[in-house]
Amino acid sequence: MTSVEIFEDLGRRDAFGPLVSRARKFLVSSVPSDSHMWNLVALQIFLEEMGHEVVNLGACVPTELLLRRCHAERPDCVVISSVNGHGHIDGARLITALRADPGLARLNVVIGGKLGVEGEANSQFEQELLELGFDAVFHVGAGDSAHAIESFRRYISSHVEQVT
Amino acid sequence: MMRSLFTEFVALVRKTGTLIVQPRMGFDDPALMRRGLLAVRSAGVTAIGTVTLDSYTRQGEHDRAQMAVASGLRLNGYPLVAHGAETTARMLGGVIGAGFPIQVRHGSPFPEQIFRVMLDAGVDASEGGPVSYCLPYSRMPLRESAIAWSKAARLLAEQRERGVVCHLESFGGCMLGQLCPPSLLVALSVLECLFFQEHGVPSVSASYAQQTHQRQDAQALMALRRLCAEYLTDVDWHVVLYTFMGQFPESVTGAEQLIRESARLAAATRTERLIVKTVAEAHRIPSIEENTAALRLAHDAAREQAGPASPPSAGADSEIYHQAKVLVEEVRGLSPSLTQALPAAFERGLLDVPYCLHPDNRNRTRTVIGADGLQWSDTGAMPIPAGLGGGRIGSRRLLADLSFHRRRLDPAPHANFPSRAR
Repeated sequence: MTSVEIFEDLGRRDAFGPLVSRARKFLVSSVPSDSHMWNLVALQIFLEEMGHEVVNLGACVPTELLLRRCHAERPDCVVISSVNGHGHIDGARLITALRADPGLARLNVVIGGKLGVEGEANSQFEQELLELGFDAVFHVGAGDSAHAIESFRRYISSHVEQVT
Repeated sequence: MMRSLFTEFVALVRKTGTLIVQPRMGFDDPALMRRGLLAVRSAGVTAIGTVTLDSYTRQGEHDRAQMAVASGLRLNGYPLVAHGAETTARMLGGVIGAGFPIQVRHGSPFPEQIFRVMLDAGVDASEGGPVSYCLPYSRMPLRESAIAWSKAARLLAEQRERGVVCHLESFGGCMLGQLCPPSLLVALSVLECLFFQEHGVPSVSASYAQQTHQRQDAQALMALRRLCAEYLTDVDWHVVLYTFMGQFPESVTGAEQLIRESARLAAATRTERLIVKTVAEAHRIPSIEENTAALRLAHDAAREQAGPASPPSAGADSEIYHQAKVLVEEVRGLSPSLTQALPAAFERGLLDVPYCLHPDNRNRTRTVIGADGLQWSDTGAMPIPAGLGGGRIGSRRLLADLSFHRRRLDPAPHANFPSRAR
């Protein structure tokens, strides 16, 4: 549940920008082993306040279900959030399956949160996850939550909202 | 001669007016788990031991838990089924007894196999429920969880035939840990206890998790106790409080304050049992020492609070009581069996947990923290007054409410928390 803290700094600094002119569709989801929910709730509200549409799959999402919903919803961006420390294991499995699906190979997919159990040292997983096919990784270590969420906001602005 | 370690211990301690404290402790290694339980037993407090299971076991992935154990990976709890009854009985040998019962805490929406191993290992108490271990922790359809829990509850009930009285605690008083108004927590807890009663479980406890306001929480506990007295006529029952289950203060002083407040709340309401958090809660899985220190802290705080000789009745006739009673009655009216009524109630929105993303929850209700504690801002289709209204809750308000106790109790800027090598 502590994942919500990653949004706190942002909320305090009034960092939510004005509504975007072009609403995009986001699919928000957790990984199979993660039952945390408040991080997904906060992400949804964060994206909705930016003016976007959100389909939230919730916690403990099996990879097959995620792939099925990606086909059905055709989102502009898939946002995977995990905080139980297994995100790098489950995330690697998930993105490998997703990229192996020809219909989803070019889909914009990002992952963020507390991806390992080692705090700051979790940054070691970023490169591996990028190589496996994530378009961006927003690693949250100890105390740098504002940084991760700000990077995420900038990423949306340059890679999701601007794409025609 | 009937044997009931857990139930008899609670009944005995209740007469003395002492608060029973209990950790939420679980380690993957049997030797470490045993050491933890022994430390709790000898902590100098009136305690029940806890074996908390890992998340692979919770999801029924015993092979994965087994593989993790075999390859030396660390799990976040005790893999009961992977270790099996024999190893577990050995782990508990000379630890469990009449003066020190053990409860298995798991989080599974289909706990029958867990219960079988637990019973074979000589443990007679567990917790959870068809709603409380389905909606927040799984994607299993509520109907399936209700059927699975019916079977599991009947398994515990049947143990009477071999002379064992089992205890089952409802986790219904927690629901997502925070931002669920007391009336719904109380109703769910009572409904799950009624579900256990319906399936023949002889001894139950109704839970409530500390929220944001001491007086509101006391009213909720009184409402819960009154409803238990009205409805749980065929079973032995008591009330259990959980120290706040949401975003925990990050500072040692803030965490200690919140733990003390939960212990005082328990003592003031003559609540029989308290599940205690630790000062490490916001950061990582607590050590044995952090667990026993938290138990002592809670025990001392409860003793310092001069509690009433018997549960107070003032405040029992509250709005919380009336709302919870309406919810319980409406749900019971849907079907003679709660195995059908509970899923039907969520389908119709008669029960609706704020912010819960499970596919079987409507997620139309909303909460805010007001001056007097948690308030409904939207009650959706639930048969209780509409709440404050006021439209959407923005992220700033939601995040502020989620971090309520942090903002209240942590010194600013947040004190650095000492890290510890595992």
